[in-house]
Amino acid sequence: MIGIIDYGMGNLHSVCSALKRIEQPYILSGKPEELHETDGLLLPGVGSFKDAMTELEGTGLADFIKKETENGKPLMGICLGMQLLFERSTENGLTEGLGLLPGKVDRFRGVTGEGKSYKVPHMGWNNLHFLQKEQPLLIGLDEGYVYFVHSFVVQTDNREVLAAAAHYEDVEVPAVVGRNHIMGTQFHPEKSSETGMGILKNFCQLVEEGKQR
Amino acid sequence: MLTKRIIPCLDVKEGRVVKGIQFLNLVDAGDPVELARFYDKEGADELVFLDISASHEGRDTIVEVVERVAAELAIPFTVGGGINKLEDMKRVLRAGADKVSVNTAALLRPELITEGSDYFGAQCIVVAIDAKYDDELESWRVYTHGGRKPTQWEVTEWAREAVKRGAGEILLTSMDKDGEKSGFNLALTKAVSEAVTVPVIASGGAGNADHFYDAFTEGKADAGLAASIFHYKETSIGELKSELQKLGVAVR
Repeated sequence: MIGIIDYGMGNLHSVCSALKRIEQPYILSGKPEELHETDGLLLPGVGSFKDAMTELEGTGLADFIKKETENGKPLMGICLGMQLLFERSTENGLTEGLGLLPGKVDRFRGVTGEGKSYKVPHMGWNNLHFLQKEQPLLIGLDEGYVYFVHSFVVQTDNREVLAAAAHYEDVEVPAVVGRNHIMGTQFHPEKSSETGMGILKNFCQLVEEGKQR
Repeated sequence: MLTKRIIPCLDVKEGRVVKGIQFLNLVDAGDPVELARFYDKEGADELVFLDISASHEGRDTIVEVVERVAAELAIPFTVGGGINKLEDMKRVLRAGADKVSVNTAALLRPELITEGSDYFGAQCIVVAIDAKYDDELESWRVYTHGGRKPTQWEVTEWAREAVKRGAGEILLTSMDKDGEKSGFNLALTKAVSEAVTVPVIASGGAGNADHFYDAFTEGKADAGLAASIFHYKETSIGELKSELQKLGVAVR
């Protein structure tokens, strides 16, 4: 059983539809006591980092997520949900994140090192470059195209948390990140055709395997 | 590398697709979900459903369509037509659409863009603009009500205003070119694409792969939308993409 964390940020329906499509049992809840009963957590989210952290902290979900992951429960963040796993973001003023992965989140500069301006958000289909093929989310998959929509991007000096990247203008965009049982995707796997569905299936499988152990 | 998107547009009336009847290999070509599945398999990067229902009862059927599409497809899709207030946005986005597009309603009350953007995030809000060249203005004028009523807005000014108010994307239709199949309006597309920082979808005039190529290069568009050339099978999305690839355009 997967618990999709509902904290009032954006459109969770497409994530629910995707899990239905792969016949993965899930609950959608904002209540820690209900989410505690699940075997793995999905943290989706669109909107601003600051609003999201305010919601997560106000509802006690931030502490809950930290505690659950300390106890080894698998967690996957999607889009903003992935960014929240990191230490801090500069979106609408400096905000502390969940701090489960090392790194920070900054806006795309909108201009390359050579002075060429580019569009922000990074929106559309971009192809993945695998940096760590053995990352559980990537098992059995090829470097396919996935669907991105975001204006902020993770920056980290710890390359061991980078499992796959996409290239947008002169930026290496962390696309799949993870360390142990904490992972995430910057793109929307639920909207990313076969590759995306493969990644969601991999996460569900990892959760089911963890349950058996 | 970020690819250029190819987006088929489906006109839906009272829950049925009104163009695209030439798909003889489909069991029910009037079913939006069946056509959506077909385009997904062909390699469409996104879909746009334009609800042209005349009545409120008809418009309720779009919610069912959205639910069924969301349940079956793993590609992004936008719903436009009949979105006049925040409640309308909530209805289709909660049913599983990824984006909503607003046109006339946003011009009549620009706050609608901000309300939607604040509630769902800018990435969910597409502002659709219908524009036509105007000699007096010496530029393109924005029209409402499906191109029937002129506004005071010059197209790049309105596009900038829409983005300032929270639009995440612009869907730009050239009324001069629409239905002509003689190519997108490159000057218009370029002017708007250069005026805003968000992605621009070119629409109106698509007839062949070269037209898309021109829109992506000279027109600086991020995506191209078309209806009839796909519906009437003048070209398939697969063929279009392989031709674009030969021309050096990054496509999925």
